[in-house]
Amino acid sequence: MLPLLQAAAAGTHPLQGTAASWLWAVPLLPFLGFLINGAFSIVSAYHAGPADPTLAHGDGHGDRHGTHDEEHGAHGDDHHQVKRHPFAMLTSIVGPGVLLLSFILTAAIFFAMHGAGEIATPFIQRYFSWMPVGDLKLDAAFQLDQLSMMMMLVITGVGTLIHFFSVGYMQDDPGYPRYFAYLNLFVFFMLLLVLGANFPVMFIGWEGVGTCSYLLIGFWFSDKANADAGKKAFIVNRIGDFGFLIAMFLLFANLGTLDFDAVRAASTSLQFGGALVTAICLFLFLGCAGKSAQIPLYVWLPDAMAGPTPVSALIHAATMVTAGVYLIARTGFLFSIAPVAQIVVVMIGALTAIFAASIGLKQWDIKKVLAYSTVSQLGYMFVGVGSGAYVAGVFHLVTHAFFKALLFLGSGSVIFAMHEAYHHTGSHEDAQDMRNMGGLRAYMPWTWALMWIATLAISGVPPFAGFFSKDEILGGVFARAQHSTIADAHLFGISGSAWLYFAYLLGIVAAFMTATYMTRMMIYTFHGPNRTGDKEREHLHDAPWIMTGPLLVLGILTLAGGWINIPEFARFLGPVGALERWLDPVVGASTQRVIAGAAETSPGLEYGLVGLAVLIAIGGIAYAATRLDPKSLVPKREAVPEEGFEKVLLDKYYVDEIYDAAVVTPVVGTSRGLLWRGVDAGLIDGLAVNGSALFARFVGWIGSQLQSGQLGTYAWVLVIGVLCVLGAVTIR
Amino acid sequence: MSAFLTSIGYQHWVLPALLVIPLAGALVIWVHGAVTRPRCAPGGDEVATGVAAAPRGWALATFAIEFVVSLGLWWSFDPGNTGWQSVVDWSWIPMWGIRFTLGIDGIAVMMVLLTTLIMLLAVGGSWTSIRARTHSYYALLLVLTAGMLGVFLALDLFLFYVMWEVMLVPMYFIIGIWGGERRIYASLKFFLYTMVGSMLMLAAIVYLGLAARDPATGLPNFNYDWILQHALVGSTTAKWLFGAFFLAFAVKVPMFPFHTWLPDAHVEAPTAGSVVLASIMLKLGTFGFIRLAVPLFPAAAMSPTIRSIILLLAVIGIVYGALVSLVQPDFKKLVAYSSVSHLGFVMLGIFALTVQSVQGALMVMINHGISTGALFFLIGMIYERRHTRLIDDYGGIARVVPMFAAMLTIVTFSSIGVPGTNGFVGEFLVLIGSFRTEPVFALVATTVVIISAAYLLWAIQRILFNSLDKPENEHVPDLNKRELAVLIPLVACIVWLGVYPAPVLRRMEGAATKFVSQVDARRDAMVTADAQSAPEVQP
Amino acid sequence: MLPEALFFSAVLFVIGVFGVLIRRNAIIVFMCVELMLNAVNLTFIAFAQVYGVAGQVFVFFVMTVAAAEAAVGLAIIIALFRHRQTVNLQNINLLKG
Repeated sequence: MLPLLQAAAAGTHPLQGTAASWLWAVPLLPFLGFLINGAFSIVSAYHAGPADPTLAHGDGHGDRHGTHDEEHGAHGDDHHQVKRHPFAMLTSIVGPGVLLLSFILTAAIFFAMHGAGEIATPFIQRYFSWMPVGDLKLDAAFQLDQLSMMMMLVITGVGTLIHFFSVGYMQDDPGYPRYFAYLNLFVFFMLLLVLGANFPVMFIGWEGVGTCSYLLIGFWFSDKANADAGKKAFIVNRIGDFGFLIAMFLLFANLGTLDFDAVRAASTSLQFGGALVTAICLFLFLGCAGKSAQIPLYVWLPDAMAGPTPVSALIHAATMVTAGVYLIARTGFLFSIAPVAQIVVVMIGALTAIFAASIGLKQWDIKKVLAYSTVSQLGYMFVGVGSGAYVAGVFHLVTHAFFKALLFLGSGSVIFAMHEAYHHTGSHEDAQDMRNMGGLRAYMPWTWALMWIATLAISGVPPFAGFFSKDEILGGVFARAQHSTIADAHLFGISGSAWLYFAYLLGIVAAFMTATYMTRMMIYTFHGPNRTGDKEREHLHDAPWIMTGPLLVLGILTLAGGWINIPEFARFLGPVGALERWLDPVVGASTQRVIAGAAETSPGLEYGLVGLAVLIAIGGIAYAATRLDPKSLVPKREAVPEEGFEKVLLDKYYVDEIYDAAVVTPVVGTSRGLLWRGVDAGLIDGLAVNGSALFARFVGWIGSQLQSGQLGTYAWVLVIGVLCVLGAVTIR
Repeated sequence: MSAFLTSIGYQHWVLPALLVIPLAGALVIWVHGAVTRPRCAPGGDEVATGVAAAPRGWALATFAIEFVVSLGLWWSFDPGNTGWQSVVDWSWIPMWGIRFTLGIDGIAVMMVLLTTLIMLLAVGGSWTSIRARTHSYYALLLVLTAGMLGVFLALDLFLFYVMWEVMLVPMYFIIGIWGGERRIYASLKFFLYTMVGSMLMLAAIVYLGLAARDPATGLPNFNYDWILQHALVGSTTAKWLFGAFFLAFAVKVPMFPFHTWLPDAHVEAPTAGSVVLASIMLKLGTFGFIRLAVPLFPAAAMSPTIRSIILLLAVIGIVYGALVSLVQPDFKKLVAYSSVSHLGFVMLGIFALTVQSVQGALMVMINHGISTGALFFLIGMIYERRHTRLIDDYGGIARVVPMFAAMLTIVTFSSIGVPGTNGFVGEFLVLIGSFRTEPVFALVATTVVIISAAYLLWAIQRILFNSLDKPENEHVPDLNKRELAVLIPLVACIVWLGVYPAPVLRRMEGAATKFVSQVDARRDAMVTADAQSAPEVQP
Repeated sequence: MLPEALFFSAVLFVIGVFGVLIRRNAIIVFMCVELMLNAVNLTFIAFAQVYGVAGQVFVFFVMTVAAAEAAVGLAIIIALFRHRQTVNLQNINLLKG
């Protein structure tokens, strides 16, 4: 196909010649979509200026004016007549179409892989030499193994659903093709991220998704808040990327390679628990904390909700934010020999889980609740992968992709309905505030039912998907606290075992909070009396089928997702541990290294833990259901402001403000006052450069002062001079 | 392609031709101006009156020919050969032993191609923005090109110096005549700053030429290779000589704290002036380090103290430039300070002295030329429309000028160093290479990936995004076809070098490897030969 | 004879020097310069008695130059006076740095 394609290296890999040899087409299809949609967008927006801009300054006002109004953000200020984008139809075909093709291809590769039996080594395709410099040999290469297969299925599968949903959600937006261009580009980079055969290729995807996230969060850029949120996301992510880069540098400087396969082979030479591998893992985790919104870098994710809701579902719930979890699973061979780093990962994950969950308890914006819930669930995933329970972490990643995408798309439907309703009446109320909702169950029954499924899943109620995955994580942590290499390590003088028990405790409490805030969200949104407004109420209805359809599919996945990795105690449901066996070639060795050959937890204890988890979930739901009274709520504009700790929670512990005061303001202030005005303009330019010029002038001025202009003085000087000379000659 | 080039004897005439073509073009324009100028009104808008048509047409044609001629180097250059290629060696001033020697290696090839490309586009960027004395302007631009190419090509140190000064004068006039309000101050500052360094360099060159006297004739010899082998100087003298070269090149780079001429020169220079300054002239400084300062005095340059000082200055420049960029109200000044930061990466790469870091430094030189050149073009284009460079005078214009916004966003990503664009390749290689020998410096330099994102994204947010709240921005025309023609080659390079830099890296690899091994070997040789110098600490 | 002549010319020269140094009026300063010249002339004449005629030749040179100087100098002073209405040297300080 492509002249550059030389899939040579794979040799006699069992996947050679199967559908997997079309691996390159999986990311290329969305990229093609990006090019086409991007062309639609720019071609329709571009009006060439006059050949000489200064000669024709301000010409052509009349015919240009119309296009400006069209380009207003759809949700910003849209009381004008909605006019579809001229390329909307084509975009609707291309945008989701490429994703669907990509998904079909992915599925074909999956079946090829499934049929090929046990595959112990990754299938690597090398395309061309990217950066060949000295002993650094970086190829543009993809690597297909069970883990990246899993991720590809999630990305293209959930991605396709969300693309279809977007067709409905964004249909009236003037930036319609631009939106799909960005979304396609995002999927391309995400696939690059999971397919990259070495760290730098993965890093292209890693930063690429961040870039797309930046573009999509700031999609309605005319609003400063949105543009700010996009920028914040990018910069905070960059802090993480700094860690990723340093980790790569350390790896290259010490192991001399950046290919995953070679690093895995070379990692055996690293000292177990040594400072080097710990540093590498901690720097990698800094990258993960940025991308996956963990403490202390989680602050961008809630703000990222400024983007269109399907974007929140795809990027900020299902795929991009899980990249950190993927990275740790991918580099499990490093983390499993750095127990101190693992403790840090687990603790950060657990703290994030409970911290974000507590903020989620008091948010009014429906998307903010979900955002903090995402942060919190990502914390669970890190507890999983951090404690060496890679399968559990990835399992939760998958189920979370299902139920959180469902929740976000469901909230998108709600917002869509609310927005339409307000749009009809020309009202300017907040379409995302739960205090303006209530009782939507009657108007949007499909959305209501599907979102309850997701809520039960995230709360951990059996038999929904989230129950299995969350339980596996908590069970895994508990088991490793009893016996593992982590339990034997120490951090700050405290044993790893104690840290892990503590993490388990935090996880249990966070689970209770999760159940509570999710139930709160459901009750306030769908139950009780409606607070939208009398005129608006009649316009509320379920979204069109192009939007509800994907919800339905996700609902089924949320219901059935747990089946992919059924635990031992539920063996009556079907084959046990399918995912675990699937991922074994990738993470099995690392897992074994962490659990250090310990026996499974006893069945009695395991039943006890499961029972506790279920009790906690149901308790949380019951607590919210009994304590919260939707009837007492008033619409947003009539609400009284919160006080005390509630206000602290609502204002997110003032973390943003603290960061602002501790980092942003000092840096900008120092740069402006000290560095620019002080060092640059004052010291270097003022003192050294203009100073040396002034010094030269000063010396000249001193010389000039000898010139009094008085003839008499000159004559005196002359005479004295003559006398001196004569004196010197004669006296000698 | 290379067979065709050999058949026309390309290698034998290409290098002198590259110098002659622009000079001939300049002469034609000058003569044309002298003949026709009395007939046109003095001053006034020459673009509107049509006077500008001839000079800019000639200049465009000359630069196009120049570019096409230089393009042959891409194929004729043999990456496997680490010696000088396409060498021309003519007698020039025999009584002083000065010869007219030109030649290229992998580094010079890329710099020459960058120069000819940027200069061609610079004519497009000046097309309507230069409206007075167009004959002089385009003639000076052509002379400038000859000077810059001469520096890249010269293999005789005296010729190098002559070319170094030749390019200074046109730039002085370009800033001083066609610049902004404070152009006199800026051009004088630029001139004096550069002069201080280059005078010392002349003294050092003369010293070297005399030190490397030809034993047969007793004449001084300024040939690069000859000096490299025969100019044996003591370690203290070497330090002084290195200091002289260092000052000349450090000012040009510019390294912190010799950088303050740059923001002023950039801000006051006309668009094409800024572009040439940023894209090519700054590279002459780093090129000087790679070609002269470091290889000639490896023991001095790589002695622990001097090396640490230079690395420290480079890293300070990287961080400092980025932080100061953060608070600039003037977009052009912001980009100027960001250049200080980017060029710091080049210095870090050169002095970290690994194959990766040196290759990365060379890539940053090319990438900075492309991205920053494009940024200055874009600033010039929007300045022509709105006559302001202050960031706060814009806001929300992405809706009005979508093509401009798209271009600016892509170029910004390149400047930030987002992977997939050229910016990443250079920075990544510099950092990963430096980390092997200088982990602490590399670590500090890496923090700039955060700050660079902050200052550029903040700037483009305030220009392109936010609400469109200033009425005078509502009817700005979008980029026209000419401006797109200027930008699209640069954007194409941004993507090409980001995705498939291997051809460029391969061409430079020989020279870079030679540089590293040569400096390493000669440093050690000199250290062992010279008992006084401190024992070298090998990282 | 010679010592007396030399003593006399030395006295004349010193008077001239002091005149130049002390007086403010440009005309008088100018005349004092002439006085110094003539004192030198006297010395030349006196030495000519002993060492030969060359001294007298020098005197002619000096007198010619002095005449030319007087013409130019007086012209300058007149021009100065026209311009400034004074010939007081203290008021004429254009060379002041």
